[in-house]
Amino acid sequence: MSTLLQQILNGLSLGSIYALIALGYTMVYGILKLINFAHGEVFMIGAYAGYFAALGLGVERYTDAGFPLYLAILVLVFAMAVAALLGASIEFLAYRPVRSAPRLTPLITAIGVSLFLQNAAMLAFTPNPRPYPAILKEVRFELGGVIVTNVKLTIFVVAIALMVGLNAFIQRTWTGKAMRAVSTNIDAARLMGIDTDRIIRATFAVGSALAAAGGILFGLDQITINPLMGVLTGLKAFVAAVLGGIGNIRGAVLGGLLIGLAEQMTAGYLSPDYRDAITFVILIIILILRPQGLLGVVRPEKV
Amino acid sequence: MQLLRRLAIATAIGLVLFGVGAWLQDGVIEYVQRIVLLAGINVILAVGLNLINGTTGQFSIGHAGFMAVGAYGAAFFGVKLAPVVQRLVGVGSVADAITFNVALLIGASLAGVTGLLVGAPSLRLRGDYLAVVTLGFGEIIRISFNNAQFLGAATGYFGDTPAGLPAYTSFFWVYAWTVAIVILIWNLTFSQTGRSLSAIREDEIAAEAMATPTTRLKVLAFSLSAATAGIAGGLFAYMQSGIRPEDFRFDKSIDMVVMIIIGGLGSISGAVVGGIFVAVTLELMRDLQQYRLVMYALLLIIIMLVRPEGLLGSRELPALVRARFSRAKAAGQGPR
Repeated sequence: MSTLLQQILNGLSLGSIYALIALGYTMVYGILKLINFAHGEVFMIGAYAGYFAALGLGVERYTDAGFPLYLAILVLVFAMAVAALLGASIEFLAYRPVRSAPRLTPLITAIGVSLFLQNAAMLAFTPNPRPYPAILKEVRFELGGVIVTNVKLTIFVVAIALMVGLNAFIQRTWTGKAMRAVSTNIDAARLMGIDTDRIIRATFAVGSALAAAGGILFGLDQITINPLMGVLTGLKAFVAAVLGGIGNIRGAVLGGLLIGLAEQMTAGYLSPDYRDAITFVILIIILILRPQGLLGVVRPEKV
Repeated sequence: MQLLRRLAIATAIGLVLFGVGAWLQDGVIEYVQRIVLLAGINVILAVGLNLINGTTGQFSIGHAGFMAVGAYGAAFFGVKLAPVVQRLVGVGSVADAITFNVALLIGASLAGVTGLLVGAPSLRLRGDYLAVVTLGFGEIIRISFNNAQFLGAATGYFGDTPAGLPAYTSFFWVYAWTVAIVILIWNLTFSQTGRSLSAIREDEIAAEAMATPTTRLKVLAFSLSAATAGIAGGLFAYMQSGIRPEDFRFDKSIDMVVMIIIGGLGSISGAVVGGIFVAVTLELMRDLQQYRLVMYALLLIIIMLVRPEGLLGSRELPALVRARFSRAKAAGQGPR
């Protein structure tokens, strides 16, 4: 019983990271119908931005006392800002010129950007994994036979807080409303006087910022980061978005949590060797049985 | 008469390949030989992938998985088959040739069957979704090999002896297979079936309305494409002493996509050009070391921004050449 609870806790913590990344995929897909393959790399760069920010703020000096909370928040904000800028630049430089091209062209461009960022990161940061700085001092405590660490809890809480924030942003603000409008019908939105280019850029920026937050949380969770960490994690987050129903924000969160749980359960009860494969098995099952995803709606095909 | 002429052409091609192969063996350094072999393997991969991605318009980005099935199948059964064949025909180059080609065919069949199993359920999906499912299957195949103990798991498969897999792959065999596969795919593409495949690409619903068995044809094209990737995998396996699951990562699938994109999606001659281009540029850029893959990725982005239709577009080289010589005729004549 306690192992099951343990797995659920770990799964939810990992899943909330996937959910944060999945949000970026789903928002971009909702508007442009583009699988932004470079999103996993934005996540990776966000993790590195957090790494360098933490080192720059002298995280080593705080070994005993623990890194002050306001500095940790500063690290998070810095990484999110860097990623937002990166995401918006990718959209401006690579995706905007091919936006009206046949659908495969942007897809391949996205693969190209992803490869470029991976290899550029290997040049800039070396391929070796780096230990992630302890912006959060680990405290373990036991709760009903389950080992809980403050890191896992923080990951979950921060991720949920960001998602609630995103929901408020999309439902309450003018920009969020415009995003929903562009996602429903881009041409009609333009006719209503919405600057669609600006909204698309904002979507990339917001999605990328969330991915960067995911990157820092991932670094805290997995202890090391490397330039290729975005490949598999990005794919899993994408699967999460598809599982929940791509283009659907709540679906992305649900999908992320489910993928995280499934991965932990597989690793715990089946074999750790198959923890990466389970994601793709889920993907294939969902696409064959319910291609629109759990919370997606079927759209009739137009001739 | 026709048969005689075809036999003569085949013999001529065989002799030329044999001659060039012999010359390459002695006259050229090993490094260049390797590039030439890789170019041939790439051409097989590109032409096969183009059948499904270009001609049929069903985008697969997981073909490295089928290449892996072909490579492991050919390697495993080749190793098991070699003693049997040697007992039948004696040790020597004849036995090697038989073992090698039978092993390749076994690998290709396994890859084809895998393609059938993957394609049948997933080809109901369209566009991006299909791309992602093929990617998922490619990864599952690689992870399975990574965990298959009898195939060496993560360390890879090197046959039963410490010497590794025998080096069967030679210029002659690589290019004999390349020529055969290019001709096969060419004939298929410009046959009635091929026209139906193009019809699926252009408008699936309209094709269906014209009584084209779209699902069956898509699965057929996918399976055939997987089988050619399997042949390429087998050739690749016997080019080196062993194969590792690492060789068939997601990047490999992307490499194949790059080949057909560079040449021009939907063009067989474009796929040939793209396959050679990727083999040569990746090797030439080796001197740039770590900058190599950055440049490669930049090249891909720039091609997409500047010339998204690739070098040839969806046209074929022979048609282009003919159009040049007889200006009076429009370029649209002959093979598309």
